[in-house]
Amino acid sequence: MLTPWGLQQRSNLLQATRSFFIERAYIEVDTPLRLPVLLPESNLIPFTSENWLLHTSPELCMKRLLARGCTQIFQICHCFRKEESGRIHQPEFTMLEWYHAGWNYFDLMQECEALIAALCRIFPQMPGIDCDGKLCWRGCRVALTPPWDRLTVADAFRQHAGVDVDEVLDRGIFDEVLVTEVEPHLGLDRPVFLYDYPVELGSLARCNPKNPQVAERFELYIAGLELANGFSELVDPQEQRHRFSLEIERLQAAGKNAAMPEKFLKDLASVGATAGIALGLDRLFMLLMGSTSLAEAIPFVPDEL
Amino acid sequence: MFTASDLRKGLKIQIDGEPYIVTEFDFSKPGKGQALYRTKMRNMITGIQFTQTYRSNDKFDRPNLEERNMQFLYAQDNEYHFMDTVSFEQIFLTKEQLGDNLSFLIDNMEVQVLFFGDRPIDVTLPTFVNLEVTVADPRAKGDTSGTDTKPVTVQTGFQLQVPPFVEQGDKIQIDTRTGSYITRVKE
Repeated sequence: MLTPWGLQQRSNLLQATRSFFIERAYIEVDTPLRLPVLLPESNLIPFTSENWLLHTSPELCMKRLLARGCTQIFQICHCFRKEESGRIHQPEFTMLEWYHAGWNYFDLMQECEALIAALCRIFPQMPGIDCDGKLCWRGCRVALTPPWDRLTVADAFRQHAGVDVDEVLDRGIFDEVLVTEVEPHLGLDRPVFLYDYPVELGSLARCNPKNPQVAERFELYIAGLELANGFSELVDPQEQRHRFSLEIERLQAAGKNAAMPEKFLKDLASVGATAGIALGLDRLFMLLMGSTSLAEAIPFVPDEL
Repeated sequence: MFTASDLRKGLKIQIDGEPYIVTEFDFSKPGKGQALYRTKMRNMITGIQFTQTYRSNDKFDRPNLEERNMQFLYAQDNEYHFMDTVSFEQIFLTKEQLGDNLSFLIDNMEVQVLFFGDRPIDVTLPTFVNLEVTVADPRAKGDTSGTDTKPVTVQTGFQLQVPPFVEQGDKIQIDTRTGSYITRVKE
């Protein structure tokens, strides 16, 4: 729950974020939250609304706008994910998502770096930022001056968990090792981009042409907290259809319904090389506020309604 | 039956035939990954703690736990005997099972005994108990040193700090959760 002062800070963050993108020639879009079909993602559970669904991210509609000829778009919207509730999860949360035509995932890492560093510079009085301009969260003091670290998933698993990522994947415990042994070491002194994920963990990301075993996907970590997820977008409709069919199989194996998003695939043929990223704006605001839980950084939590 | 999404602090679940209480809980979900439920649990019989990470399709039995009102009758060797105030059934718990509760347990005290199936595993005392002070130094006349507490011993052998006016033979009320003095009681 936020006080009027906290709501003012949140408003400032929203406005500053919009200014950042407008100054960089992006246009703001606002796509529908309620859709007849979503991108099949086996680990996300949507809420139903009549016989449609509330979106879990604005990715589907934003990529269709790229197909229509947009080249730089951003959106700040609420997203809905059922059964996600905890210290750093809420079933309804605010996402910042943006796409830049012609870019790859390394270009986006740089812009993401610039955005967060700029926001922290603009608001030095925020409780989460100390007098040296470092972000302080849960015992970490994180220096935000770019460039930040970049670490491949394979290196991170080797360095922090002492294991081979392929072996962990074979044993089906990638998520467990990531959460318990790798994430607690990420971005403690300065933020880090974890990149090049196993291809099965990036169903919307392009394969790395030099190493088709990995997808050009990254996640930003600050003080052990996952903050943003970006890709070089997969824009080959055939390949995307194949990856979706694997997700649909997983969903059906779990007894859930899933349909192929045909209009999306049709439009994807008109999308050129693009990079896109989604950033949890509530989590960024939580860091700036020096709050330890998401509940302290949003206007209402479900229990208050 | 519970599923992992029911897990939260304080939930009691059964694993491998033994009751556990969740003492710490955290929901995790790495980007594009699956929901993980990270828990720390205490075995309600042995007290042994362990941590475990569960997935949403993991399931747990509901332990058969029941609290019954019982009266403390007497202690013999290592066995502390209690009687069900409704059925008059008698059971006993060991000194180890009672642990710190022994500091406040006196004859005829009514307590809550937790059963796992037929097996008594824990005792909850009343929050406030009245115990007699058996050892207390008399208040020194004209003592103006400003000391605002003094140590006394109560009938169970438990020692605590009380205000200087409390004397040997007084009855005092104690909070069993913290072991601290509440007030002097007149009977």
